[in-house]
Amino acid sequence: MLKELVSPENSPHATNVLVGKLGDILVRAVGKPFDYAINWGRIYSLWPVHLETACCSVEFGAASSPRYDVERFGIIEAFGSLRQCDLIVVMGTITRKMAPRLRMVYDQMPDPKYVIAMGACAITGGLYFDSYNVLPGIDGVLPVDVYVPGCPPRPETLIQGCMLLQEKIKRTKAK
Amino acid sequence: MSSGTDKDVEAKDTGEEKTTGTKPESMSKDEAKKFYEEKGLDLSPDVPVKPKPIPEFEKSLADKISSKFGDKAHVDYVRSDRIRVTAKREDIVSVAKFIRDELKYDHAESVSGVDYPDSKEIEVIYHLGSYTDEKLGRQIFALATRVPREDVPNPGSDMSRTPSLRDIFYSVEFHERECFEMFGVYFEGHPDMRRLLLPEDWADIPPFRKDFKIKGR
Amino acid sequence: MTTQLPPGMHIETVDEKIMTLNVGPQHPGSGHMRLIIKVDGDYIVSCDPDPGYVHRGEEKMAEYRNYIQNIPHLERPVIHDSSNILYPYCLSVEELLGIEVPERAKYIRVIAAELNRCIYILYWLAIYGIFMGHSTMFMWPAGDRELFIDLLEAMSGARVTHAYLVPGGVRNDLPSNFEERCLRQVEYFEKRLKEYEAVFYQNPLLKARTEGSGILSRTDAIRLGTTGSVLRASGVDFDVRKKEPYDVYENLDFQSIVMKEGDSYARSRVPYLEMFESCRIIKDALRKMPKSGSVRTKLKPNPKGGNDEVYRRIESGRGAIGYYIVSNNRPEPYRVKISVGSFRNLICMPYLLKGEKLGNMPAVYWGLNYWPVEADR
Repeated sequence: MLKELVSPENSPHATNVLVGKLGDILVRAVGKPFDYAINWGRIYSLWPVHLETACCSVEFGAASSPRYDVERFGIIEAFGSLRQCDLIVVMGTITRKMAPRLRMVYDQMPDPKYVIAMGACAITGGLYFDSYNVLPGIDGVLPVDVYVPGCPPRPETLIQGCMLLQEKIKRTKAK
Repeated sequence: MSSGTDKDVEAKDTGEEKTTGTKPESMSKDEAKKFYEEKGLDLSPDVPVKPKPIPEFEKSLADKISSKFGDKAHVDYVRSDRIRVTAKREDIVSVAKFIRDELKYDHAESVSGVDYPDSKEIEVIYHLGSYTDEKLGRQIFALATRVPREDVPNPGSDMSRTPSLRDIFYSVEFHERECFEMFGVYFEGHPDMRRLLLPEDWADIPPFRKDFKIKGR
Repeated sequence: MTTQLPPGMHIETVDEKIMTLNVGPQHPGSGHMRLIIKVDGDYIVSCDPDPGYVHRGEEKMAEYRNYIQNIPHLERPVIHDSSNILYPYCLSVEELLGIEVPERAKYIRVIAAELNRCIYILYWLAIYGIFMGHSTMFMWPAGDRELFIDLLEAMSGARVTHAYLVPGGVRNDLPSNFEERCLRQVEYFEKRLKEYEAVFYQNPLLKARTEGSGILSRTDAIRLGTTGSVLRASGVDFDVRKKEPYDVYENLDFQSIVMKEGDSYARSRVPYLEMFESCRIIKDALRKMPKSGSVRTKLKPNPKGGNDEVYRRIESGRGAIGYYIVSNNRPEPYRVKISVGSFRNLICMPYLLKGEKLGNMPAVYWGLNYWPVEADR
């Protein structure tokens, strides 16, 4: 099965995938060249905001460690000023005290901006579903692009979430 | 576990009362045991009761307190490395001063509140430890006091107040602030009695009270 | 005018020379907390910590769950030190329910706790390094940390949230071949740790920034009730593992690290030296551990605590953690109070920052070994 997938002469399936992908790129590059060029420039230099909100920040830190190295995929370490950032990774639980600050941070970021909800707490409230001070997910505060499940998500999961976001950016209409 | 203290004896008593309450009166002990075994009920307590000797060093510390203050400070229990003393809130400052100066406890590890809505009281417990005295390294001294509790709390303005120990044990500063916002107990004489952990717009009753129900429960 | 305000509220007076800065909650030099700092030129006049951004009400939630259900959410405050924060909970519940722990489980617990202490300190060191502008010191500890995470993953099955320690012992036995693997990695790590000394601790830039800044004297450290590495960096020899040994710590060969200087440099160095002692403990425990036997005393389903209370404490990477549990013949605890090292060390932040330069703020802040999620609970 695996062998068939790897060698294109044995299986027409792999060739189809390859042709499909190339065709996809070609259609977008020729059909909407400006959109394609702008999105291409965006996807490989995503700057996340350095806003730690709860314990998932440990795994976010681990994702930029030498073993996982999220920088390979064009997500730069969380550093630098808010005004140059275009990605906010919500790392875990949002409490009632943090929610207004989170929105304030989001409003200060320039467009276009993307949101990744990391961890069960940021998605639904997770383990703290019955706590009096925790929001049941951040959907009411921010428009979320990608949900990364886990409690906490492993760095691999976070990297996959980032790649999904890049895929999403590729297909959006550039403003 | 239990060292023949008041609390443990109480626990044992209440446990027996429950079982005897449901037992038909005409039965003897063996018959009753058989009766429950047939029904498949397990009567053995979850906590095995093993009496332990009261340690001497801790006993000597507790004796110092009771000889100095008499009725004002009630020794709840003496176990290995743990002593607990309850004082009235009028006397707590003098008791705490004695503990610091004579018994050489020098810092507070935590200040916890426990809410007892049935007896309309909130208990404030200071867990004290010592860094300077070599012998007291293992010891934790629990100093408790009881504060009246109001059904409709109005933190800071109602009668739930007690003198602050901040002048005696400096380290209680943030712990007492936490206790204030979580239970509504106002500490008189504390220089900075503000909110610490809860959001600025918190308008509900203090959350660690028993009548504050969390959602879905 | 101030008399009409509710107690604790006051109107701030404005001085044109003094500027108020909000450091956090979004700031590269602070974590999930806010410091309200007033500066006169470059010097800090006053500092008012404002924690509570991660206050999740763990203590209230614990009153609605039974003793076993409480395990997963009580380890979340410090997920990279989860064995140590569960340790006092297990000890308290065991004392409350009168459970005996098998000998082998005690040793396995100590090994898990020491591995986790290394994981915590390495993470802290990585963040400390990058906030001092030393990128190598982020990459090295963050990479070496993964070795210990692998070991704990083999033991428990999870990367960071292990829930490995349970009342009555540990959740499962060690995997086969664990002892050799653990010994090999610990020995490698000891060699590796010595390189940190040359690249980070002897660095003249780090020394210039941290030596002599934020000095906490011995009397102040005792008076403020600090704990853990902050206390030991100020010359007080107090380690719960030595003073009130729990489980098998009294049989093991190690010493507590004490430094006399009390400045930021000493506070950054004490946890580093403690990692050597952790390695010694792990090696010693592997040698002395019974090779076979039970690792867990099974509890009754839904066990009830008596009408009793208990206070147990342990030494974690950030200082002593104490659990105060009150029970009232119910399967759920009546009240759980967690006294954590981070919250106790928070009190010295206004002290240390007063009179410091603003640029020294990250060194002092991270030197306190402060983890906001744990402090807020």
